[in-house]
Amino acid sequence: MTYIGTATSRVDGHAKVTGTATYAAEAKTTGLVHGSVVTSSIAKGRIVRIDVSDALRVDRVIDVLTHANRPPMADADSGYKDEVAPDGSPFRPLYDDRILFSGQPIALVVAEDPETAQFAASLVRVEYAEEPHVTEMYRRWDDAPALKAVAKPGENPFSPPKPRGNAKAALAAAAVRHQGDYYVPVEYHNPMELYGSTVTYESDGTLTVFDKTQGVQNVQCYLCGVFALAPERVQVLSPFTGGAFGSGLRPQYQVVLAALAALALKRSVRVVLTRQQMYGLGYRPAMIQRIELGAKGDGTLEAMTHDAITMTSQYEHFYRQETGWSGLLYQCPNATYAHRVAPLDLPTPCDMRAPSAATGVYALECAMDELAVALGLDPLELRQRCYSDRDQNTNRPYSSKNLHECYRQGAEAFGWEKRSPEPRSMRDGSELVGWGMATGVWEALQVPIAVRIALTANGHAEVSCATSDIGTGTYTIMAQVAADMLGVPLDQVTIRLGDSTLPQSPVEGGSWIAASVANGIATTSDAIRDELLGLAKQMPNSPLSDIAPGEVVLVDGKLMSARDPARAVSIADTMRHGGIDRIELEKTTRFPKDETHSHNTHSAIFAEVKVDEELGVIRVTRVVSTVAAGRILNTKTASSQILGGVVWGIGMALHEETLLDHTFGRVMNANIAEYHVPVNADIHDIDVIFVDEPDDSINRLGIKGLGEIGIVGVAAAVANAVYHATGKRVRDLPITLDKLLA
Amino acid sequence: MINFRYTRATDVGDAVRQIAAEPKAKFIAGGTNILDLMKYEVEQPTQLIDISHLPLRIIEEVPSGGLRIGALVPNSDLAYHPLIEARYPILSSAILAGASQQLRNMASTGGNLMQRTRCFYFYDTVTPCNKREPGSGCSAIEGINRINAILGTSEACIATHPSDMCVALAALEATVHVIGPSGERAIPFADFHRLPGGTPEIDTNLAPDEIIMAVELPPQGFASHYSYLKIRDRLSYAFALVSAAAALELDGGRIAEARLALGGVAHKPWRRVEAEAALRGEVPDRAAFAKAADILLRGSCGFAHNGFKIGLAHRVIERTLMQAAHGTPQIQAIKKIR
Amino acid sequence: MAEPLTRTPKGWDRLSPPSKVAITLHVNDVPRTLTIASWTTLLDALRNDLGLTGTKKGCDHGQCGACTVLVDGRRVNSCLVLAIMMNDARVTTVEGLAKDGALHPVQQAFIDHDAFQCGYCTPGQIMSAVALISEGRARNADEIRELMSGNICRCGAYPRIVAAIQQAMAAMESKP
Repeated sequence: MTYIGTATSRVDGHAKVTGTATYAAEAKTTGLVHGSVVTSSIAKGRIVRIDVSDALRVDRVIDVLTHANRPPMADADSGYKDEVAPDGSPFRPLYDDRILFSGQPIALVVAEDPETAQFAASLVRVEYAEEPHVTEMYRRWDDAPALKAVAKPGENPFSPPKPRGNAKAALAAAAVRHQGDYYVPVEYHNPMELYGSTVTYESDGTLTVFDKTQGVQNVQCYLCGVFALAPERVQVLSPFTGGAFGSGLRPQYQVVLAALAALALKRSVRVVLTRQQMYGLGYRPAMIQRIELGAKGDGTLEAMTHDAITMTSQYEHFYRQETGWSGLLYQCPNATYAHRVAPLDLPTPCDMRAPSAATGVYALECAMDELAVALGLDPLELRQRCYSDRDQNTNRPYSSKNLHECYRQGAEAFGWEKRSPEPRSMRDGSELVGWGMATGVWEALQVPIAVRIALTANGHAEVSCATSDIGTGTYTIMAQVAADMLGVPLDQVTIRLGDSTLPQSPVEGGSWIAASVANGIATTSDAIRDELLGLAKQMPNSPLSDIAPGEVVLVDGKLMSARDPARAVSIADTMRHGGIDRIELEKTTRFPKDETHSHNTHSAIFAEVKVDEELGVIRVTRVVSTVAAGRILNTKTASSQILGGVVWGIGMALHEETLLDHTFGRVMNANIAEYHVPVNADIHDIDVIFVDEPDDSINRLGIKGLGEIGIVGVAAAVANAVYHATGKRVRDLPITLDKLLA
Repeated sequence: MINFRYTRATDVGDAVRQIAAEPKAKFIAGGTNILDLMKYEVEQPTQLIDISHLPLRIIEEVPSGGLRIGALVPNSDLAYHPLIEARYPILSSAILAGASQQLRNMASTGGNLMQRTRCFYFYDTVTPCNKREPGSGCSAIEGINRINAILGTSEACIATHPSDMCVALAALEATVHVIGPSGERAIPFADFHRLPGGTPEIDTNLAPDEIIMAVELPPQGFASHYSYLKIRDRLSYAFALVSAAAALELDGGRIAEARLALGGVAHKPWRRVEAEAALRGEVPDRAAFAKAADILLRGSCGFAHNGFKIGLAHRVIERTLMQAAHGTPQIQAIKKIR
Repeated sequence: MAEPLTRTPKGWDRLSPPSKVAITLHVNDVPRTLTIASWTTLLDALRNDLGLTGTKKGCDHGQCGACTVLVDGRRVNSCLVLAIMMNDARVTTVEGLAKDGALHPVQQAFIDHDAFQCGYCTPGQIMSAVALISEGRARNADEIRELMSGNICRCGAYPRIVAAIQQAMAAMESKP
């Protein structure tokens, strides 16, 4: 293979560095009008009256849409259910007078230009009948309902796993125990691109929707449901997405408002949210996790309990399996989980980079570090003693798991053996030095997907699939795989994605697209090859006349025997002889359910922090992230993915926190100045290492996916390093200096 | 964005006439703060008077031996000006600790003095705030107040002044030259910003119809013993939790002159001459610095989330004075604290 | 009770948007005359009026750096600049960097080092980096990090951005 596994530069790189890559709010269309959103100032209650008279008196204002004058929308929940909606009653923008959260959209002012729309929006006056709200998880401590554990593996991927053994008794009997409460605050994705949609109202009444999303077909289906439109009346496009990290898995409300206005006004409409308004979208739910670990004196785990309380909205039941990662990762005969979900007057949470694992593994891996301290064991040694070759929840072996090698190579690259075990024992002048480590784990998922390939006689391939590239490098890896499978140069491959009319793809999330679409391309490429072979066999004196399809590969524009390169014919000749100039085929790839293995990616993270002893200022000076994730398609974009995940983990550990004022039920730092994410100065050396992890059983190409694994465990590694530096254990994130000084 | 009328001032006199004629007008120079606040509808001027092109961009030496900095000198030009770097490096350092290079390129000297608090409740028009809407109440006192003041607060307001540059200017005892309908006057830097008291809506003692012409630095620049140390929640591009400007003149192993000002702790750069007096004549050691910190922080009072600032400020003062005494000022690009 | 309209200034017709005036911007060396209202920012003028959407809106409040352009050679956040105040200014955007089809060394270095993922902050990062190099204040990685901290990259490409800038600096030094 020429391209797979290499450090190929992004095929969309030129577009991105020259500013020609076009994002949702940039789509060119004529006769465009602009919508500005008015949001609620209260967290719960009803709208008594919306006075739009002043707004309507502004020159160039076209209309103000509210629940009172909107066009028809679906009246059943089913109309609003998207592909990844949780149970419950999805939020319906501008549907009725109910206020479900502060920052809820309640009106859309449409004007000829965006500035006028924004100005007029400031003139909309709203009268509310306010009701008492609760936005604080702690206030639901006693009455938050518990989730039921699954009875058998795979029943519900989000429910707590089935308990095993007798954790209570085993804990009581354990030689060494550790218990701790770990807190992760509400976090927001904050992709750099503002949520926006441009809806072109075509002359025949159809809608062409440029949307910021991770799933064009999800949005297309959803809009058809909300507005009872025939599928052919809505096309959704998203050629480029300026980051999403999970926030674009579900359709967001601006696309509903833009489509609603377009239908109401029969005009093309653009709606772009402000950064502040994006804090009315989904978020990573806050969670308090209590973990108790019991071990023998030699460090082997005897028991664990993992209890969590988290949050959802009042209208949807969103939850993920944070507790399950504890049960899965380490050899431990006794385990129980409790998981309670508090409904609050906030928007529904949503998936955010490594949902559940970022949160759950943070708690587990800090608890393991504390257990290591209690045992007097090196934290890495403890992980190795608890190493499991089987998924402990399902008791299945892994299709592949090379975490051992992550530990080994990571420790070596980091220099872990030079670590002095005592906290506060390493120093660099006025700074305390701390070294911490953690394990990361994520699922290797794959989903049914369809890929269409058109190969022309002149050696050009167009590969189409309705997936997205949210910065992950999908365009590039698709081109690499197609080039290798079809035997054409990379620059002769055109990738089409982000268009709902293309072959079926699920949302891009869960790190499942690389594996799915790459194998999808392989499947369709096989079909192309078979068709070519059929033609080649009919050629006079064909060198391939008696060869089986499985023995033929496409290389350098030729059909060739895999065993004997001399037996070959050119694709161009084959097509010409067959009287065609192109072959176009679409195939769906499904991945058989493997009930005999668990499929996961793993990582080992080693972090160095330097902490000013007197002032508590923390610097993450070095991180080594070692990843076992099957075959790596592109070492350049793959390590970028991991690097980004590490930066996210550093932010999670030290910076990110949504500040909710529970009196007002509002986010007070709803911006990107006071909601701190890492800036360039916060990030130093990050070393990404991929260990070999051949996996013949997971899928044909042995691919696992990388979008999530990079963040998992990083916050724990940093927190553990901070403890090692300072001797102070801060369990509630982010670790700001006031917590160290306290 | 709110609606407003845009006008250009033809000269300083015209600027003063225009602002005197429209009490709800505001000046715009760099625009980094006023436009930010107008987009949030926090500031609602009826008119913006563009003063950006007025001839107030000069940095010149004055006969007294000091420097006069035109009100429109951009922050970055000021920070990198050879005379500032050589003679007032504490000012360079403080400026470079704030914002980003883009914002420093835009923001003016006068505008930096006039920038408004970052208090969350000031910025959110949905919540009561006495500074934004006098009489509506202070939401921060019982709310999220981790970033708020610990000194000089009132029952009406616990906001802080967000500037870094002003902390250095306070330490340097700059003078603010302003002009209004009744002529020019000079305001000592210590009197320029106000404590909130019962009128937190008024940030400064600049009259509504006055304009800043220049900031004058006295001759003494403390170029050999100074430091500006800023502590914040990330390592750059964030407002100070606590910052300190310390400047010393040493003579024969003792402190001959001292200046000390804090940022992030009060409604204005926080300075007390008594703290500086206590340093004079002392050997520059931790004990002397701790005593000065005690005096400077006397009467400090935390709220639910910001009590840590008291202890932090104490340590920051000691550390910054130590850096100044050792001649090892904090370098803003280097994140290890010296 | 509806909220009182306390924000309405007396004697000022707040319902009429500001009238438009003509200004000239020299954008990427091309004079462009446009008619804009006083409330239009340079960022919106570039994106909406001139169709130059390479310059990005990430926060609209000077908090992210995605809108960074050069005005008279200096990097600024175009979201906090009123276009009306920029009459006759020279504005350089990401669209103006490549010359005769050849990428600017910073653009090429960003591709070579994979110094971006989603690409949305990228034009701002690149413009900021171009200015950083011409400012000549950043001589090492620490100084690059500090002086690039006004450009947030949520994908977390920072180490790659620093490496790309170092490559471009070296390339531009050897070929002035």
